[in-house]
Amino acid sequence: MHAHDSAHATGLDGWLVFEVFVAALLIATAVGYAWSLWAGRHRSAWPVHRTVFFYAGLACAAASLVGPLGQAAHESFTAHMMGHLLLGMIAPLLLVLSAPVSVLLRALPVGRARAVSRMLRSPYVRVITHPVVAALLNAGGLWVLYTTPLFHWMHGSVWVHALVHTHIFLAGYVFTASMVGVDSDPHRASFKLRAGVLIAFIAAHSILAKWLYAHQPMGVETADAQFGAQLMYYGGDAVDVLLIVLLFTGWYRATRPRSASSDRARATSS
Amino acid sequence: MSTVEPNARNEARTGHRGGVETRDERHPGKRTVLSGFLFGCGIAASMIDLFIFHLGLQWHHFYDLSTHEVALLTDGIFHAFGWFITVWGLFLLADIRRRGGVNWKRWAGAVALGIGSFQLLDGVLNHKILGIHQIRYGVDLLLYDTVWIGSAIVLMVTGWVVLRMTRSAHDAR
Repeated sequence: MHAHDSAHATGLDGWLVFEVFVAALLIATAVGYAWSLWAGRHRSAWPVHRTVFFYAGLACAAASLVGPLGQAAHESFTAHMMGHLLLGMIAPLLLVLSAPVSVLLRALPVGRARAVSRMLRSPYVRVITHPVVAALLNAGGLWVLYTTPLFHWMHGSVWVHALVHTHIFLAGYVFTASMVGVDSDPHRASFKLRAGVLIAFIAAHSILAKWLYAHQPMGVETADAQFGAQLMYYGGDAVDVLLIVLLFTGWYRATRPRSASSDRARATSS
Repeated sequence: MSTVEPNARNEARTGHRGGVETRDERHPGKRTVLSGFLFGCGIAASMIDLFIFHLGLQWHHFYDLSTHEVALLTDGIFHAFGWFITVWGLFLLADIRRRGGVNWKRWAGAVALGIGSFQLLDGVLNHKILGIHQIRYGVDLLLYDTVWIGSAIVLMVTGWVVLRMTRSAHDAR
């Protein structure tokens, strides 16, 4: 069942616990979003597409970690890469577009909502959500994973596996949010900075994919590695183009031509 | 919803303070050329290479494994810019449209100039100087290089002529 079982007699239990834990966490998150919607029902209507994005995002994360794809990823590099696209890029994008922080703030009483937004304004959050830091955490994590023996250790230890996947998801989320987040961000970076960082990230991602094509990770067959690398390249491209479009959509909205009357309305409202 | 708004307002304010709107409206002609040029370079870099040479003719390989690290780096940066400027060009075009219409002929001329310029750069810098990849493998390259660079120059000249022709029309408007 698992390629690494022979080396780790007690391994199976750990992997099973990991899957059950992930499933429980995902279910709790799914219930949490639904509860937040219910608790904030007296407020303005919540756009249906955000709810759809949230559950689609959770489904992508679930597909990559538990079930058949999660199992196959232990043996096949291609399946592993499919899982990473889902967990590190597609799920974060869908979840960012579902505005989970806004949903939570709507649901909480004022005091607790203030505590949450204070936490989000803390120096720590401010630093990790800076586009440059977020991109370094995201792309840097991938470089470390594929160019060091970490990839090999990940298949041997459930703890390393859990740590790597937690990092991939969180780094993916924070990076996507810093680029095209719809939740309120008191320290949103300028358009130019975000654009520059996104270009650098896309370059790093595609260079790593081509590098992987030539230098397969330890213990991965050449054909498998080459197919996985191309999946990383083209799959990453598809999501990256979406990120570019979303980035420019923000610019397009922010720079719309305004008539004098709408400018007056803006002045009185703010 | 209420938590989403302040951010949007923030961005709008930044755009406003930068005086983007007034500057944009003064030079629709220049922005049309910029939009077309970016889009032309972008599709030459990302789409033409991908859809015609990789998937269609299958002359190009994903990676021919012969490349030096510096060339791999350059290739990645070219690749990232390719998609970025394609989308940028199209959003600029949409912006020019909503601000009072596009001179399509002028835009098309700029696209031709963009495709030609990128192809020339690709043919000389990437194929010949850096040697990232070749047009086709296992053939005599002279003919291919001549056609590649020649067609690039033809496209550039065509685009430039169209831009010259539409320039007077733009000034008269």
